[in-house]
Amino acid sequence: MIPLLADASFWMPEQASNHAAATDRLFYGLLILSTGLFFLVAGVMIAFVWKYRAREGREPEKTPAHSTALELTWTVIPTIVVVAIFYYGFRGYLDMVTSPHNIYEIQVTGYKWGWAFTYPNGYVDENLHVPARRPVRLVLSSQDVIHSVFIPAFRVKKDCVPGRYNKMWFEATREGEYPLYCAEYCGTKHSDMRARVFVEDPSTFRAWLDKAADWVSTMPPVDAGKKLWSARGCSQCHSIDGAPGIGPTFKNLYGKSHPLRDGSTVTVEENYVRQSILEPGSQIVAGFENVMPSYQGRLKDAEVTVIIEFLKSLSDTAPAPIEKLPPAEGAGDGTGDKKEDPR
Amino acid sequence: MTTSTDTSARARPGEKASPPSYLEHSKGIRSWLFTIDHKRIGVMYLWAVLGAFLLGGLFALLLRTELMNPGPTLIADETKAWDFYNHMFTLHGAVMVFLFVIPAIPAILGNFILPIMLGAKDVAFPRLNLLSFYLYSLGGLFFVWVLLSGVIEAGLDIDLPGGGGLDTGWTFYTPYSTSSSSGVTAATLGAFILGFSSILTGLNFISSIHMLRPEGMTWFRMPLMLWALYGTSIIQILATPVLAITLLLLVAERTLKVGIFDPALGGDPVLYQHFFWFYSHPAVYIMILPGMGILSEVISIHSRKHIFGYRFIAYSSIAIALLGFLVWGHHMFTSGQSALANAIFSLLTFSVSIPSAIKVFNWLATLYKGAIALSTPMLYALGFILLFTIGGLTGLFLGALSVDIHFHDTYFIVAHFHYVMMGSTLFAFLSGMYHWWPKIFGKMTSPRLGWIGAVLVFVGFNLTFFVQFVAGSQGMPRRYANYPEQFTIYHQISTIGAFVLGLGLFVVLADWLWSLRWGKKAPANPWGGNSLEWHCASPPPLENFAIAPTDAGDPYRFDDWVRDEETGGYVKRQESPA
Repeated sequence: MIPLLADASFWMPEQASNHAAATDRLFYGLLILSTGLFFLVAGVMIAFVWKYRAREGREPEKTPAHSTALELTWTVIPTIVVVAIFYYGFRGYLDMVTSPHNIYEIQVTGYKWGWAFTYPNGYVDENLHVPARRPVRLVLSSQDVIHSVFIPAFRVKKDCVPGRYNKMWFEATREGEYPLYCAEYCGTKHSDMRARVFVEDPSTFRAWLDKAADWVSTMPPVDAGKKLWSARGCSQCHSIDGAPGIGPTFKNLYGKSHPLRDGSTVTVEENYVRQSILEPGSQIVAGFENVMPSYQGRLKDAEVTVIIEFLKSLSDTAPAPIEKLPPAEGAGDGTGDKKEDPR
Repeated sequence: MTTSTDTSARARPGEKASPPSYLEHSKGIRSWLFTIDHKRIGVMYLWAVLGAFLLGGLFALLLRTELMNPGPTLIADETKAWDFYNHMFTLHGAVMVFLFVIPAIPAILGNFILPIMLGAKDVAFPRLNLLSFYLYSLGGLFFVWVLLSGVIEAGLDIDLPGGGGLDTGWTFYTPYSTSSSSGVTAATLGAFILGFSSILTGLNFISSIHMLRPEGMTWFRMPLMLWALYGTSIIQILATPVLAITLLLLVAERTLKVGIFDPALGGDPVLYQHFFWFYSHPAVYIMILPGMGILSEVISIHSRKHIFGYRFIAYSSIAIALLGFLVWGHHMFTSGQSALANAIFSLLTFSVSIPSAIKVFNWLATLYKGAIALSTPMLYALGFILLFTIGGLTGLFLGALSVDIHFHDTYFIVAHFHYVMMGSTLFAFLSGMYHWWPKIFGKMTSPRLGWIGAVLVFVGFNLTFFVQFVAGSQGMPRRYANYPEQFTIYHQISTIGAFVLGLGLFVVLADWLWSLRWGKKAPANPWGGNSLEWHCASPPPLENFAIAPTDAGDPYRFDDWVRDEETGGYVKRQESPA
């Protein structure tokens, strides 16, 4: 249309998918139409108010109290206009819901409060990577309450409803990084439920995915654990610096005794952590609500293991590296083997 | 023109024997609390609803302040700041919708004006009317409890049974609302009770309009305000029970764990949305229709012109009431409902725009060649036309499927519905309040304060909400406590606007309170209207008319009324037989 309006503008973010141009065409058409109509109404109103303002000696003039012809005119014309708007909106929408048969599929799971994007090879990421210029379908579901995937640059949005699968498709047209928001209110950290969309050249995308799929085994367990902590939603509720949160902080958690809600006490060690990740409701620490979703089936055993290693690294009672170990038992006060940050 | 001898000779008939007004008729708190006089009930509603509006407005200012900057603003701790914001926007929405916008015009102005417009002593069922007021108060108390318990929980750091505050959004979407630990049960029971208040008021209005019209007042000689209230009442009676059922089901699910909406219990969350919007979309027309009725009165009377296209306006009120039932699905365009359902709801949604457009064009045609007075009611009516036009036109963007997908649940929708609910309904409410204030309290408001208030409210409103269209189209999602840096400027303009708007509304309040104390005594007919309420004294006596009046003729024919310089109002033309 107008080149000035073809991309990021005062009104719209940049156009980065196949749906954007058509949506924006209708938007700008409506913008011109409605701006025109607004100024028509406002202009007529202001002109009348000025011209026929009550003043000394002014008497209202007699005009017909109705005119069927006039009223039918301003009934029929708007009717035609809105049917046309409906048609264009519907056409654009049909393209959004009619996907090609050959398509790349990514599973999306929303949870309080983060995203899990699962690729066909089983790799899960907290951000969305998609190949440019290839049709992609997102299959949407939710772990808990309703969420909604919204990518403004793609002009797409669809709810993630627990208990059903919704689908959306698009073809990203331009390499770059774009924001993705949760658009359906889902509780405390709804507004932090944001992710990034990376649109990459198809060959770059493939290389990234192959490497990414194998990442847990390519780095030290503590680092892998930290990455999972931030990527898979733990960081939303569990701080690592002692700050209070929705769940207990991870700092100095490992090795400590914790009072539970039912009055008993538990020592935080490998099996308790594993249990808490897979069945969060089973042993709740006193003073906290059980809002954590289960990670059963969402984390592999190796991933649970590295998270436990990461927890250990945040604790005063962490296992020490070999060069700091004293030679004999009885001297293990733990001084000097504090590890604040493994990196 | 008028001389003193003239006026003494023209002592209004019946002035000597005029009975005390409804305000002075009896004294004491009991004479108010147990009154069945529709006027006193209307005035009690006025103070109660204004109290709710003050509360809702306070929440609005708090949430706008929290949004002044990205990240936490009022509370340092992030989690607490987000929770605070979530509670604020929920309570703002719930209080404004259930306790202010829905009851404002029907319960205050409708109650006061409808029986007088009909020349009746009262509504058809006066006791039911008082019950309706007490149900409103009781429902309101539930919300006060939700709020107080939230404050107590936060302040004392304790857990109250039933939970404190409310953080689900006024829409109570499942399964979030089934799992939230906040006061969902108390709030939904409150809304349930408020629903009955609304139903009883609607019932009363429909019965009154059917049964109490004076001799000679045919349907097409009723003031258009009555048509609008009639349309509103249809919706109140037919749609509100659905909300009541839905909220009861929600409470049953929360407390008895019956699976209806929660998929974990075998329910369907989208079913809740269908039930909820089947009421709540028509409720939007409960909010706007009576406002449109006020506009038809004010535009015509204050430009001293016969309303243009009476029948089209009357029919369009009923058309809006009925079509409003068929469009609820447009709240679910992104929920995953079928493409066919989306297409049908999109088309039906556009159908509602036609009767709305007709009204605007007819109001404009009414102004043509009139003698337009820029009185305070007229300022708000003209403001309504501008803001409703923006609200209506932006509705076209949202009805169009492909564009709505992008705008759904963003600030674009927030701006749109504030233009309709606040820019339009609030402006109509203020217009109507200023229009009938002299009738209700027998005092004139100050034109100067009226102007200042109207300008501040108009500027503040647009400052607050216009930028939200841009924020939304740029992708800013709604109900966000925290937001990316790029949206900061929109939020800051909006927050400043909110305070200007708040200031303007306090000027309005000051004007009203000023007039009660120092306002000039109002004449019976300050604007020269011809509907029956302008035929009785200001303020009216207990039973409105000494003798039940017959129809006063065309309510929009003002020829028989001439300006009387002495009282500042209008009196019947001398040459016409009294």
